[in-house]
Amino acid sequence: MPKREDLKKILVIGSGSIVIGQGCEFDYSGTQGLKALREEGYETVLINSNPATIMTDPELADRTYIEPLTTDALDKVLAAESPDAILPTLGGQTALNLTVAAAERGILKKHGVEVLGARLETIRKAEDRQLFKAAMQKIGLDLPRSTVVTDAADLKAVSRDLGFPVIVRASFTLGGAGGGIAYHYEELLSRVHTALEMSPVKKVLLEESIIGWKEYELEVMRDRADNFVVVCTIENVDPMGVHTGDSLTVAPAQTLTDRQYQEMRDDAKRIVSEIGVETGGCNIQFAVDPRTGRRVVIEINPRVSRSSALASKATGFPIAKIAAKLAVGYTLDELPNDITKATPACFEPAIDYVVVKAPRFATEKFGEFPLDTAMKSVGEAMAIGRTFKEALQKALRGLESGKKGLEGDSGVDAETLLQRVATPTSSRLYFVKTALALGVPVERIAEVSRIDPWFLNQMLEIVEFEKSLAGAPLDAARLREAKRLGFSDAQIARACGPKTAEKAVRARRLRLGVRPSYKLVDTCAGEFPSATPYFYSTYEETGDLLPQKPGKKVMILGSGPNRIGQGIEFDYCCVQASKALREDGWQSVMVNCNPETVSTDYDASDRLYFEPLTLEDVLEIVAVEKPDGVIVQFGGQTPLNLAVALEKAGVPILGTKPVDIDKAEDRKLFGAILDKLKILAPESGIARSAEQAVRIARRVGYPVMVRPSYVLGGRAMEIVYDDASLTDYVERARKASAHPALLIDRFLADAAELDVDAVCDGKDVWIAGVMEHIEEAGVHSGDSACTLPPHSLAPSVLHTVREHTRRLALALKVRGLINIQYAVKDGAVYVLEANPRASRTVPFVSKAAGLPVARIATWVMMGRPLKKLVPAAALKGAVPPYAATKEAVLPFIKFPGVDPRLGPEMKSTGEVMGLDADFPRSFAKSQQAAGLTLPTSGAVFVSVQDEDKPEILHVARALRQMGFTLVATRNTADFLGRHGLLAERVAKIGEGKPDVVDLLKQRNLSLVINTPSGKRSRADGYQIRRTALELDIPCITNIRSVNAAVHAISVLQGASMSVKPLQDYYKSLPYPAFVGPKA
Amino acid sequence: MNDKAWLALEDGTLFAGRACGAAGETAGESVFNTAMTGYQEILTDPSYCGQLVTMTYPLIGNYGITARDHESARPRLSGFVVRELCRKPSNHESVQSVGDFLRQHGIVAIEGIDTRKLTLHLRDKGALRGIISTLDGDAARLVAKARAIPSMAGRDLASTVTCETPYEWTEGAPAKPDFRVVVMDFGAKYGIMRRLSALGARVTVVPAGTSASDILRLKPDGIMLSNGPGDPEPLTGPVETIKRLIPERVPIFGICLGHQLLGLAFGGKTFKLKFGHHGSNHPVKDLATGKIEITAQNHGFCVDLDSLPAEVRTTHVNLNDGTSEGMAHATLPVFSVQHHPEAAAGPHDSRYLFGRFAAMMRERREALRA
Repeated sequence: MPKREDLKKILVIGSGSIVIGQGCEFDYSGTQGLKALREEGYETVLINSNPATIMTDPELADRTYIEPLTTDALDKVLAAESPDAILPTLGGQTALNLTVAAAERGILKKHGVEVLGARLETIRKAEDRQLFKAAMQKIGLDLPRSTVVTDAADLKAVSRDLGFPVIVRASFTLGGAGGGIAYHYEELLSRVHTALEMSPVKKVLLEESIIGWKEYELEVMRDRADNFVVVCTIENVDPMGVHTGDSLTVAPAQTLTDRQYQEMRDDAKRIVSEIGVETGGCNIQFAVDPRTGRRVVIEINPRVSRSSALASKATGFPIAKIAAKLAVGYTLDELPNDITKATPACFEPAIDYVVVKAPRFATEKFGEFPLDTAMKSVGEAMAIGRTFKEALQKALRGLESGKKGLEGDSGVDAETLLQRVATPTSSRLYFVKTALALGVPVERIAEVSRIDPWFLNQMLEIVEFEKSLAGAPLDAARLREAKRLGFSDAQIARACGPKTAEKAVRARRLRLGVRPSYKLVDTCAGEFPSATPYFYSTYEETGDLLPQKPGKKVMILGSGPNRIGQGIEFDYCCVQASKALREDGWQSVMVNCNPETVSTDYDASDRLYFEPLTLEDVLEIVAVEKPDGVIVQFGGQTPLNLAVALEKAGVPILGTKPVDIDKAEDRKLFGAILDKLKILAPESGIARSAEQAVRIARRVGYPVMVRPSYVLGGRAMEIVYDDASLTDYVERARKASAHPALLIDRFLADAAELDVDAVCDGKDVWIAGVMEHIEEAGVHSGDSACTLPPHSLAPSVLHTVREHTRRLALALKVRGLINIQYAVKDGAVYVLEANPRASRTVPFVSKAAGLPVARIATWVMMGRPLKKLVPAAALKGAVPPYAATKEAVLPFIKFPGVDPRLGPEMKSTGEVMGLDADFPRSFAKSQQAAGLTLPTSGAVFVSVQDEDKPEILHVARALRQMGFTLVATRNTADFLGRHGLLAERVAKIGEGKPDVVDLLKQRNLSLVINTPSGKRSRADGYQIRRTALELDIPCITNIRSVNAAVHAISVLQGASMSVKPLQDYYKSLPYPAFVGPKA
Repeated sequence: MNDKAWLALEDGTLFAGRACGAAGETAGESVFNTAMTGYQEILTDPSYCGQLVTMTYPLIGNYGITARDHESARPRLSGFVVRELCRKPSNHESVQSVGDFLRQHGIVAIEGIDTRKLTLHLRDKGALRGIISTLDGDAARLVAKARAIPSMAGRDLASTVTCETPYEWTEGAPAKPDFRVVVMDFGAKYGIMRRLSALGARVTVVPAGTSASDILRLKPDGIMLSNGPGDPEPLTGPVETIKRLIPERVPIFGICLGHQLLGLAFGGKTFKLKFGHHGSNHPVKDLATGKIEITAQNHGFCVDLDSLPAEVRTTHVNLNDGTSEGMAHATLPVFSVQHHPEAAAGPHDSRYLFGRFAAMMRERREALRA
């Protein structure tokens, strides 16, 4: 069936901010979808609140609405655009939920739009556990025994029927949020209670435990002619009980016989047919009892997913693109296989390699949590090898978590070791390795961990070979064998003994000619010739390097697995860089190992290497590709950490020289430059010992900001108020950074902070964006909301900032991007830090300014002058006549017990953007987009530290005028009373009942203003903040944000918000926006 | 276990690896199979007689050998080539490792070679004669031996794998059969008999050389022309038999080699494919319904669509290369497919064809009654 001609305009819904459970895989799917729809001649409209996405670039859709993903905004976009249909299956759970909500409110009917990809009934059948259960029973499929509860009153009978442990799942939540495992009755009550609160439909599913069973996923596609294909099978190494997003997974499935697999496939086919997945991709999860083979259905996602992105990268089959085409009426046999070009998409990929995906956790931020059915990981690395062993080791070194492959975790005794092996955590795998190395039998490890012995035996082969390396001569045959088992040079060096360095292993390996070959991902195991250069390394006899095209070629190093502080923003820059190169007739070579990303789409570059970003792996690719240049400034800290070594190895680095990048990082050198330019910086020093640290702190004066050098995302950064805590910090910091140097800065309390992104070509400096933080200095810039243009600073201050930026960029010999952070206190402008590389705000600035900052920076690195790239008015400093606000989105809800407080260490996973005519409106939108529902009426609880009391007065007054009532503890209430503001008194925690936490729980408060003080105990504040978080009551923890919130509330009380696409905003710019290549 | 082994091809290509099956030397036509599961079914599929089978999926043997998944009594292929053979399989049904199974049945096998390199070589050059040896690494000698073996074309391999005497299929046989089906065994996979039994048929398997009158004497409701190895052309006896059976109006269903033999019986031609179709992911379109089925395939020869008489219509085509996948007679109850509707290994999408066969048998019986 050909495509539908009755559709003209299609609205695609994005997935909003990156959160745990919903990463940049939906930028990948949305971008593919938009491209596919445009290719078919449809007009496209997009709504997504996340500016850090490729999909929200103005050239991807015809009309791009960066608006909150609320039914209200959707309603308005539908009214403005009148699309014929909505495609919600590419935007994750967020898009599905928004579509269902809009349908339930009659919005879809009102505008007469059709839902493509999955009918509403299909979404409901898949998401509502009761309907799902009924559907599965109807077609005779086995499920874990289960029951749905809507209150936590009496669960005795239920728990008797199911037995313990019981699995708790909240309906309609992301990444399994609110779910968990209850091992006894008390725990069951409390888990059900939490899950009910999290579930938007107040329904909780309780299920028979199948913990420890084998877990499988099938990525399937179905078209409207009922054609069905399985794109990929995935087997989880961590058995049932660990969320699949947190599990080590492998593709294809390894331990099913053909009959067992085909029966599973038959089930999958019947499931999609019964659920009614008509057009598109779909993910189905199964569990198999390893003792009997009993197979049960776990769940189905009638949309593309994290796993489908993984499956696409693992097989070369572009699920999202094909899904979009099926949604508009094509059938699978009408679409070509992109990779072979010669065969149709209606087939099941055959792969001749093994794919391993390893999750990346934010242990350094939130500590180690036991893994369960609620996802906790923040990113993932994928690796391809010819064996499981090779792929596993590559994936683990791709994680960049300090391990160079399958390495052990020592320091526990035999008893604890088995416990660590039994309990799924982010580091369990490393304990499994240690146990194997210590000779614990595979059977024993399998028994306690429930990991299939197949995987353990594979790991044992790695362990045994590693042991054999010690002391034995490293001849070509042994080296080759080691490489075939996936060992990195670093691992081999370590295994050979303390005297062997990685460099020595590498040198020996090169001398002996033990080099990787690069094989193709071709969807068909070599059966048909492939024209698509998508490669992975392995140690085999030959590679299949496709012929090189003539012309200049630049390699872009990606940012690896997402982590807090390094996420989609950097992938955005890498994709932009590739685009810039190709638009200018150069070829791009992409290197990355993150399967969620747009950069690892084979469409995004001329040649793609799916490889870990270690020096060893990158140098080998350089050796075969021989690029004319390598770009290291777009992928965050990952490629920057390699820059110096790459340059030393003779690799041409494009843009700012690594030595100049280093200059900005090196406090001494940077300090000298600032002195020379007469630019202020907070007084500071570098300490290598506790004594030195204390000496510096006393000199510059407390409080001080302290952090290890060379870290990203403010890792381990703290504000310290006295000698004792500083000394304590020095001890702890030794563990966080390999570099012993600590940077100690005077902390500028209550200063305003600014972020500047600029591009320098060696002659001119273009200030792409000056952003004013909403929070004061001291909150990590990644967690701070910020607005462009600045809304509260004097023109003279901004002039100074622009001048400083220009002079610094030139002095640092920047070619390309630079990000500088400033603090403004009492009219004086201080430089906090300068980073000659892409920053997290580059995509935000690009969207706000209507100019592709990363692309322009790439062209500058290729030698083009800024004057030819940037409109003259923009180069002179013209700014948009509207306001853009970025807000950070935080993952605290996923980490029980963690204090939801902002500080110098970055904690956010993503961001949203609010665009409107002025700052208050754009701020209000950004809050809505971040899921913070600012109240327009009700009671506000106020508790602030003494320093903030003068400031709070006019806030409190304004809130009263807007009709809010005030609630405060005794001190604050007295203070407000003295100034003529009536506030209801409430007891502090421990001062009697009801206290403030009780009020929150009774939902008698609609907003909490709680600014924690520096030195005092934060226990009270913690309980208030945590309770507010769990009850979804907005809680503001610093005084500058309070001001912004009050402005926003007044906006919300007034006229309702309007929506407007980027393309229309850009019409009001004082310079031509950049909408297409060289336009 | 780390004994050396070599694989040499007739064009002089040599691979050095490790032995992972029986010791010795074995020659045959080198082909590759792209299925990611189902190596046990492939090992025991009689259609691989005379061939050295390379599995493109690199990890083979992960789930061992089970008691339920044999496609014939023993391995029939000449040799087995894998990237890595699993020593410690894991599956609740596993009864034996693949290495032990190969040694038990004297199958020579090699592992540790670059199977993708070999696959691309076969794709570009076409199926080549080859030899696996655990005894001799001398390239010149091995290549000479590979060149000495006869080509697949023109060889009657079916008679080496067919049953010696007729027998009744017992596994899963229905207590009260609805039909009686005679299977002409050219190297029949157990899967075909299993599917026929599941259909409610009493199944009699007869040797390839059984005459038409002997088959008709069994009063079959339907006749199955089974799969089998190699080239259909030399099987002139069975083709004559089929020619005689066609006008009898007994429903006939041909699979794979059976499809090719039927093509020849209709007066058509067959030809050798460059490297054949061997795998579990080939898309086939049913021209009557427009539906796509993902099929298991294993054949080196193919029916020439243009050579068929007008009364035979094409019912199925392969979407990868447009080759013939199925045909049916316009007026007689005779049809066949090139792929494997019994799967094993492979997806079950084409099982409906057995239903079609049952419907024909029912129709025929009703017609006789009327």
